Amino acid sequence: MPRLLSFEGTGRRAASVTERNISTLRSAYWVVMVSGFLEPVLYLFSIGVGVGALIGDITLPGGEVVGYAEFVAPAMLAASAMTGALAETTFNFFGKMKFVRLYEGILATPVRPIEIALGELAWAMVRGVIYSAAFVVIMTLMGLTTWSRALVMLPATLLVGLAFGALGMAVSTIIRSWQDFDLIAAGQFALFLFSGTFVPPTAYPEVVRWLIEATPLYRSVDLIRALSTGTTGWLQLADVAYLLALMVLGLTVAGRRMAKQLCK
Amino acid sequence: MESLIHARGLIKRFGDFTAVDGIDVDVRRGEAFGFLGPNGAGKSSTMRMIGCVSPPTDGVLKILGMDPRRDGPKIRGRLGVCPQLDNLDIELTTRENLTTYARFFGIPRKEARRRADELLEFVQLTERADSKVEPLSGGMKRRLTIARAMVNQPEMVLLDEPTTGLDPQARHLVWERLFRLKQQGVTLVLTTHYMDEAEQLCDRLVVMDGGRIVAEGSPRSLIEQYSTREVVELRFNTEDQAAYADKLAGIGDRLEVLPDRILLYVGDGDGAADEVNRRSLSPASVLVRRSSLEDVFLHLTGRTLVD
Repeated sequence: MPRLLSFEGTGRRAASVTERNISTLRSAYWVVMVSGFLEPVLYLFSIGVGVGALIGDITLPGGEVVGYAEFVAPAMLAASAMTGALAETTFNFFGKMKFVRLYEGILATPVRPIEIALGELAWAMVRGVIYSAAFVVIMTLMGLTTWSRALVMLPATLLVGLAFGALGMAVSTIIRSWQDFDLIAAGQFALFLFSGTFVPPTAYPEVVRWLIEATPLYRSVDLIRALSTGTTGWLQLADVAYLLALMVLGLTVAGRRMAKQLCK
Repeated sequence: MESLIHARGLIKRFGDFTAVDGIDVDVRRGEAFGFLGPNGAGKSSTMRMIGCVSPPTDGVLKILGMDPRRDGPKIRGRLGVCPQLDNLDIELTTRENLTTYARFFGIPRKEARRRADELLEFVQLTERADSKVEPLSGGMKRRLTIARAMVNQPEMVLLDEPTTGLDPQARHLVWERLFRLKQQGVTLVLTTHYMDEAEQLCDRLVVMDGGRIVAEGSPRSLIEQYSTREVVELRFNTEDQAAYADKLAGIGDRLEVLPDRILLYVGDGDGAADEVNRRSLSPASVLVRRSSLEDVFLHLTGRTLVD
């Protein structure tokens, strides 16, 4: 096993991997970007605003009462940060690793496996932050949050993206075939539906509620909803710690498994 | 003399399989060194260890005087690698393949562009600079891969079967470019199973078989040591060439019966051919040729197919 004694030059080398991805940007890519951005916006209008008109107001755990759209919008933001990060770090990352032999060429240079992982993660964030920024602007224009809160929400979406991106990469180093992506997509959709996104977890039986509150998307929704509605407390520090831990764990697993698979 | 590669008892195992079984190698600055051997001999595994992408299982390995286990990034920064299968970036253009690769070595953008243009010129791809990689021919891709291996101005270039799968024109162009690199003082380390390639390019080589080194020396000295000066190839009009083996006894140093012909390893080919005629064996064809590295190779590694 190559030892990771020094991180000297790591930032620069990881950045060169991100830079490689930016060089591949071609006009066709913007189509992918637009479709990724539209999804949460469509949900916000159809369910947040549309169904919200039938539901009325929702009471948050702290007792504050907010409109349904205000309740759903931050969850859509968290979910879109998740989707953006996963899109880049599962399907695309897996293809580069297994089929394009792109990393084989990169690893013949001073760049190390963990630096490829960091560079790919940073790249996924570029895409995620663009989605988030656009969505936050829409939320603020619709009066669902304030400009100052929106500014704090952006770095929080970045943290959500980093955690899910690292998780996605770790999963990509473990799965074996394209078929497994159907499972990932199914899991991702389940998270999207049940992580306190459209319904507070208190609406479910106790056991299910605990399960939901342990998922990474729920922790993300909880963090961003608290920031968006101005109801932050100690619990949000726990959310931040959870997401940071997930990121470190994901990166460690991804870096180790990449080294094992590519540096045989 | 400074050793750029220094290996003692180098071993690489994959589970129960031993790919490289304790080899000793020293490669000196400025020389062209070859690893010859049939498929599965352990050449590529050795190259990957030298390229610091595959940790040795056991033994001593020093590259440019450093330990690959500890100084991998630093060593790789001074090596050029041309892998057996092209792994060019198909999402980028020809020029971008070079500039992007340069960035992995920390070369500033402006300098990367300058080197890319220079290298495209060197491998005669300037006209295809803005083309995508996919439509390039096999020979062009290989030249681009060689150019990519040069982008960090390496002290030593590792080439794993540099001309496998290329047509003769492309092979000769690649050889010529590699020869020019060597003249510029770049140390070349290559694997091949083409004997003409080894004879063309290598100052010194080792023959590998089953993970071990079975012979070592210059192409000339290997021929002198393991073969005779000339070879006479005889074909008889018969189903059973072996029937003639006894009748040829005493001619030359060694005789090898193949399904379709008999090889006589001799010092003087014409003299041996005359002797065959004197014995009135009347072969259907007689070919006298110089002994080649291929004869050494087949003698040392056998004629059995390995894969």
